[in-house]
Amino acid sequence: MPIWHNLKDLVRRFLDSDVFYSFKRSPTVVIAFALTMVFIVAAVLAPLIVPHNTYDVAKLNLMDAFLPPAWVDGGKFSYLLGTDDQGRDVFSTIILGARVSLLVGFASVALALTMGVALGLIAGYVGGVTDAVIMRVADVKLSFPAILIVLLIDGIARGLLPRDLHDKAAVYVIVMAIGFSTWIQYARTVRGLTLVEKNKEYVQAARVIGLHPILIMFRHVLPNVMGPVLVIATLGLGIAVLTESTLSFLGVGVPPTQPSLGTLIRIGNNFLFSGEWWMAIFPGLFLVILVLSVNLLGDWLRDALNPKLR
Amino acid sequence: MAETKSALVKVAGLARYFDVSLPWLNRVLDGQPRQILRAVDGIDFEINKGETLALVGESGCGKSTVARMVVGLYRPSMGSIVFDGVDMAGLGGRAEMAPIRRRLQMIFQDPYASLNPRWRVGAIVSEPIRAFKLIDDEAAIQERVGQLLRQVGLSPVDGHKYPHEFSGGQRQRISIARALSSQPEFLVCDEPTSALDVSVQAQILNLMKDLQRRLGLTYLFISHNLAVVRHIADRVGVMYLGRLAEIGPKQTVFALPRHPYTRMLLDTIPDLDMTGRQRTPVAGEVPNPINPPTGCAFHPRCPFANDRCKTERPEPKPNDTGSITACHAVEEGRLPAGPLTAAA
Repeated sequence: MPIWHNLKDLVRRFLDSDVFYSFKRSPTVVIAFALTMVFIVAAVLAPLIVPHNTYDVAKLNLMDAFLPPAWVDGGKFSYLLGTDDQGRDVFSTIILGARVSLLVGFASVALALTMGVALGLIAGYVGGVTDAVIMRVADVKLSFPAILIVLLIDGIARGLLPRDLHDKAAVYVIVMAIGFSTWIQYARTVRGLTLVEKNKEYVQAARVIGLHPILIMFRHVLPNVMGPVLVIATLGLGIAVLTESTLSFLGVGVPPTQPSLGTLIRIGNNFLFSGEWWMAIFPGLFLVILVLSVNLLGDWLRDALNPKLR
Repeated sequence: MAETKSALVKVAGLARYFDVSLPWLNRVLDGQPRQILRAVDGIDFEINKGETLALVGESGCGKSTVARMVVGLYRPSMGSIVFDGVDMAGLGGRAEMAPIRRRLQMIFQDPYASLNPRWRVGAIVSEPIRAFKLIDDEAAIQERVGQLLRQVGLSPVDGHKYPHEFSGGQRQRISIARALSSQPEFLVCDEPTSALDVSVQAQILNLMKDLQRRLGLTYLFISHNLAVVRHIADRVGVMYLGRLAEIGPKQTVFALPRHPYTRMLLDTIPDLDMTGRQRTPVAGEVPNPINPPTGCAFHPRCPFANDRCKTERPEPKPNDTGSITACHAVEEGRLPAGPLTAAA
C-alpha cells in the first residue's frame, strides 16, 4: 500500500512538473522520445518480431544474396530492405544489430555511470589526498582520446584471451572499454556538485547525528546530484552507440556472426561502389536516426532540468 | 529546577586554527610562509543545565566555529569540551561518540539548506530516531514523528510533504522537530532566526523558550542580533576575533557593560528612547584573523587603548558585578562604569 501510494504520488508529481510540461510543449522531443522508445522496444523484442533469423546459418540461402529492396526491380517482398552478400535479410540484421548496439550502449553507460558517480562522490566528499589521486588519474585519462583507450583495452583483451573466446567475450570487452573511457565526465560532474552539496546544512545535520560518511554520501548527497548525471547519461548513450559502431566499423568490435549496426555498415561499405547501396545505407540511416533521437532527448533534458533556462 | 547550578557543558581553552596556506608548490615558489587563521583562539565558558548562553559578535569573530566544535563538526585544535563530565576530545570512534551525540543536537541558520530537498518531512524528522535506533517499530516511529510535529506547532500530516511546500518559519520548526527527535538535553543553535522575518523570528524564539521550559533544554545560542539575545539568553558572551571579551549574566552585560567593545555594540541597538540622540558609531572593522593585532585584539579600535594593550594579551578577570571581562583598562580601573559616552 505505501509503495503503491508513493508510485501514484510520483506519477502525479511528474505529470504536474515543469519537466513534463516542457516535454508536452515540444513536438520534436515527443517524436524523438517516441522513436527512441520504438527502437528500444524493437531491440528488446527483436527475436520475436524479425521476419528472418539471420543468426541461424542453416536457414541462409546464398541464392537470395544481393537482392535489392522490395520496391526495386528484382526485389522480393519477403526481403523488405534487400539482402546482403550471404543472403541475410537486411531489415532483420538491422533490428538484431540495433539490439547489440543498444545493449552495448546501455551496459557501457551503466558501467561508466556507476564508476564515475562512485568515484566522483568519494573524491568530492572525502577530499584531500583521495580527491587529488582520483582526479589526477582522471586528468591523465582525459589526455588520451577515448577511441585510443578503447583500442588499447580491446587489444589487451585480444592478447590475453584464448582465440576461441574472442568472439564470445567481444561484447563484454567493448562494454568495459567504452565504460572505462567515459567515466571521467560523470566523476567530474558529480565531484563538483558534491563539493557544493557537502557544505549545505542538511549534510552537516546528518554529520551532527554521527551518520556514517558512506550513508551520508549515498542517502543525502547522491539524490541531490543525480539530475545532471541523468543528462550526461542520456547524451552518453548516443555517444556509446556511436563509439561501438566506430569500433565495429574498424573491425575491432563485435564479431560479424552477431553483427551490430557498425559491423553492418562495414560489410555494406565493401559493396557500396558495386551498386548494392542498400547494405550500407539502411543500417547507416537507422544509426543516424537512433543517435539523433537520443541526443535530442538528452539536449532537451539538459535544458528542462536547468533552472536558469526556465 | 533544583539542579540548575550544575554545569552541563564546560569549555576550557578552546581554540581552532585553520590552515589557509596556498598549496605547497605555490608556497615554495612564492617563498611565502604558512598562513594560519585563528578562528577561535582560547575561550572558556560553562553552560548550566536548563540555561541559555548566547554568544554574540560581529561576522567572522568565530562564534559559528565554536558552535561547530561543540557539536563535533570540527575538532578543536586545542582545549577541551566537557559534556556532562565526559571530555569529547578523548572519544575516538563514532561508536564512542554516539551516546553523547544523541544528547546534543544542532539547529541551523538557513532553513532552506538545512532540510534535504529530496526527503519527506517525516523521513527528515525521524532520521535521528533511526540513526540512534531509539525506536524499532515503524508504526511507533510514525507516531513519534507526529507527536514531534505537533510539539513544534505543525500537523502530523505534514510529515508526508516535502520541504519545499513549507515557508521559512515552518521549515525552521521542522528543523527544531528533527533536533528534538533524539530527546537531546543540549541544543546548539547557530543563528536560528537570522534568515527569518521579524514576526516569524519572535514565534520561533517563543517556541524555543517554551520547549526549554517544558523539556528542560540547555541552549548554546549563536547570534549577532542583540535584541534576540536579550529576549532568549540567561547569560551572554561577547566574542571578538576568536576571544571572549566579556561574559556574564544577561542583566549585568546589558545594564552594566564593562568591556569597551560590549559598550560599543550595545550602543548600536536602536531604541525608541534614544531616537535622535547622538550615537557613537561602531568605528573601524574587524581585523584579519590571519594576522591579528598584538596584545589585546581590540586595541586598534579601542578609545582607551594604551601601550600595555598593544603588547600584552588581557586575561579574563571577574568583576565585582558578576561578569568576567578581558580588558586591561577595566582591570586597572581606567574606565568609568557607566555607559560609553559620545565623547569617546
